[in-house]
Amino acid sequence: MVQIEGLGRIIDEHPFFRGIDGKFRSLLVGCAANERLDAGQYLFRQGGHADKFYLVRAGSLQLEVHAPGRTIVVDTVDEGEIVGWSWLVEPYRWTFDARAVTLLRLVSFDAKCLRGKMEADAELGYEVLRRFVPVIGQRLAATRLRLIDIYGPGE
Amino acid sequence: MTVLPANPMSPRPFRILKVVRELSDTFTLLLQPETGGAFSFRPGQFNMLYVFGAGEVPISISGEPAEDRQLVHTIRSVGPVTQALGRLKAGDVVGVRGPFGTPWPVEDAFGDDLAIIAGGVGLAPLRPAIYQALANRPRFGKLIIMYGARTPQDILFRKELEKWRSRFDVNVHVTVDHATGQWAGRVGVVTKVVAKAGFDPLHTTALVCGPEVMMRYAVEALEERGVAASKVHVSMERNMKCGVGLCGHCQWGPHFVCRDGPVFRFSDVAALFPVREL
Ligand SMILES: Cc1cc2nc3c(=O)[nH]c(=O)nc-3n(C[C@H](O)[C@H](O)[C@H](O)COP(=O)(O)OP(=O)(O)OC[C@H]3O[C@@H](n4cnc5c(N)ncnc54)[C@H](O)[C@@H]3O)c2cc1C
Ligand code: FES
Repeated sequence: MVQIEGLGRIIDEHPFFRGIDGKFRSLLVGCAANERLDAGQYLFRQGGHADKFYLVRAGSLQLEVHAPGRTIVVDTVDEGEIVGWSWLVEPYRWTFDARAVTLLRLVSFDAKCLRGKMEADAELGYEVLRRFVPVIGQRLAATRLRLIDIYGPGE
Repeated sequence: MTVLPANPMSPRPFRILKVVRELSDTFTLLLQPETGGAFSFRPGQFNMLYVFGAGEVPISISGEPAEDRQLVHTIRSVGPVTQALGRLKAGDVVGVRGPFGTPWPVEDAFGDDLAIIAGGVGLAPLRPAIYQALANRPRFGKLIIMYGARTPQDILFRKELEKWRSRFDVNVHVTVDHATGQWAGRVGVVTKVVAKAGFDPLHTTALVCGPEVMMRYAVEALEERGVAASKVHVSMERNMKCGVGLCGHCQWGPHFVCRDGPVFRFSDVAALFPVREL
């Protein structure tokens, strides 16, 4: 019970779910767990089954892609952000590696549990998606900005 | 409005004391006047640098404003004149006209948090403002430097950024667009850093310098955080000839960048700075 109350508060305070209605929060808590990961460890690997998504509470991690002979860092995700939307769309496979740069504290959500609740309760489904879409939009805009190669010679 | 030097059209010879190779395409020239006395400037101002046989280009001053015996310029080679500047060695002479243009309003920001946002070689025109802010550190709230570069190899003034970061009273955030696994720092656009930096939006002055696209998005991120456009200052670049508001070469809307800028209050130029959707 203490654990659940704690998780409810953490979810409430995290920017991603800030202001969420109490009834949705209790549904979310039922699928949530606290996790920690040491620096250098992988949270998930490219191609793996995307069975969770995470709120980052503390620390930062890098999203990486492996090309022959090198690892390319695609993005940094910090405290106050989320990791992962592959759990939302089939075939539910991670498209990146996620590696902890520092000690990480996270709240994970079991994807199957959450998808089940979202399907059963369209209002919850809308609420969660409504919060994901701007994050996806911001990351798309950031990716486009980097594609322009803004610091390259000439504009 | 700035006071023009005695004879703004005639270059004054300066001898190169030292050339510092900063990055593969970027270098810093340390210059000393051959004739005349000390050289004073305000952060954000620029000089017209003349290379004999190649031409003249506007380049911001990147050195310490309290130092009036040595002039410092940091230059990226992009075309004929900047490449000619890059071929010069210690002992060579360049012609200098200036200083010209409007300064960063560092003193107007006293009492505020100061957010300095730079991209690429745009850190060079901001470095004198950083020196001035550090010299007056107690007069500001937070001092936050946000810097974006293409890759870790393109980080300008890296040692200085590390030194500033090691102070307890300065927050330095460096982010790169592209990196490999060896880089333990941040990867992502500088606008994301702006969105998360801990300044008080109602009491923040922001100084922004970098490629125009980056400035557009940095200003947008500042406005989203609630910083008023009248408290955001940007430094513009346009091709120049006279540097003193005579030829019209640098016209930008109703402004001459050499005379009314290069540092503009964003609210005065917002209409010329449309944010197009990417
Ligand atoms: C007020 C002011 C301050 C400046 N301060 C600095 C400074 O501190 N350090 C510095 O390196 N440069 C600075 N610049 C830019 C510099 O003046 C130009 O890079 C220079 O004029 C280019 O001349 P060039 O003959 O070498 O190349 P050009 O033949 O004029 O240009 C060659 C190529 O580079 C591109 N180019 C031109 N200007 C730029 C630019 N600003 N950024 C990216 N690509 C460009 C052109 O589109 C062209 O493709 C400043 C400009 C202004 C107006
Ligand atoms: S360069 Fe001549 S008016 Fe500005």
